Amino acid sequence: MNSVSFHAVDIAIAALVLLLDGALSVAMRLSLHRALAIASVRMVVQLVALGFVLRAVFAVDSVWLTLTLVLVMTLAAAREAAARPHQRLRHGHYLTSLASVAAPALLTCVFALVTMLPGDAGWSPRFVIPVAGILLGNVLNSVSIGMATVLEGVALEAPAIEARLMLGGTFHEATALLERNAVRRSMVPLINQMSAAGIITMPGIMTGQVLAGMDPLNAATYQIVLMLLLAGGSGLGSILSVRFVLRRLTDDRERLRLDRLHPR
Amino acid sequence: MSTTGLHVDGLRSPRVGPVSFCLERSECIAVMGASGAGKTVLLRLLADLDPGEGRVAWDGIERGAMPAAHWRKQVVLVPAVSGWWGPLVADHFPYAKRIEAGRLCTQMRLPEDMLDRAVAGLSTGERQRLALARALVGEPAVLLLDEPTSGLDALSAAAVEACLGQARARGIGLVWVTHDALQSQRIATRHFRLAHGELIPA
Repeated sequence: MNSVSFHAVDIAIAALVLLLDGALSVAMRLSLHRALAIASVRMVVQLVALGFVLRAVFAVDSVWLTLTLVLVMTLAAAREAAARPHQRLRHGHYLTSLASVAAPALLTCVFALVTMLPGDAGWSPRFVIPVAGILLGNVLNSVSIGMATVLEGVALEAPAIEARLMLGGTFHEATALLERNAVRRSMVPLINQMSAAGIITMPGIMTGQVLAGMDPLNAATYQIVLMLLLAGGSGLGSILSVRFVLRRLTDDRERLRLDRLHPR
Repeated sequence: MSTTGLHVDGLRSPRVGPVSFCLERSECIAVMGASGAGKTVLLRLLADLDPGEGRVAWDGIERGAMPAAHWRKQVVLVPAVSGWWGPLVADHFPYAKRIEAGRLCTQMRLPEDMLDRAVAGLSTGERQRLALARALVGEPAVLLLDEPTSGLDALSAAAVEACLGQARARGIGLVWVTHDALQSQRIATRHFRLAHGELIPA
């Protein structure tokens, strides 16, 4: 294996192009250089910290430590998904996001670890944390689009939804169109990602593994397995988030409760 | 006290009420009142579209005892401005009710090919009458009408009144909100005024 490993010098060299961007930003008065600098420094610090944390967690190899880390990651993903929609629920906004992110991501994660990895090795933090992380990150995207589409679309669609309620339709019938649109919209990025994989983009996992010296076909297999899991988990996240938000927007008399949206 | 018809007892929300009245089958009551008096709010409460307190029953059965969708199939609100969920007029009528819908259209002075048109191209008055047709083909027990002729010319308004008169003859009860005192005299058997959230016989 002719694996290449990078050092601090390589990081500095890689940053040169970014420095050029910064200089251009100053020259062209784009005033992006500050944001660029902060973001890139944040990225370096966060990833180095992650490296150290993972190294420590792998060394300790304790189930409780691993679970704690997964829990923290889940809470952070739910917070991120909840923060993106411009419109919010008055009550239970974060909980809705947490349930929609956690259930599909963790279920898919457990499913993958139980079925695909041999015996005890499956529960090592070396597998659990990266798989949980990549699932959470992708489910988060679907959930935030699903939630945003319903929350931002429901006020616009209210006359059509209420028209169906007034004629004796159930809330489920009245919101079927919005539900379908929201699920579809939140699943489109995932479908695009799968269609483009390998033709337009070389997916990140595969890139990393090929650079690290793995056989390309082997790396591709890894990527395929992970991408299928991601797509599966994200699809569940889309459907759950849309249904949970809609559930929050009605009551026991199947009314449309726009008063449950946060006033802007 | 009879148990047939619509019985409303102490219905209230933060904006209107308490309101109490009864409506027999084939009866029409007119509700007048200044803009902002809560007439629309009252109709929405009756259709159970907004949360409220009090007892509302049809033919002696409390609305709480039946699913909300079941209630709204019987007590149908036709708001001043209706919503449309499909691109074509026909999308809003059950297939089996097409012929009846066409008949209602002609009766209310709408073109015969109305059902094949796109909703986006309709005038306010056309939408108003179509919303009424859409409610009538569902065979409701009570219609809650929020100024059903407000945007119409005299001839069309008369046609709508005639059409709703026939609905009454078939046993449908009407709660008719109007700004027009003359219309109120023409159509209703009893007259009410909504002021400060209270329904007063007028």
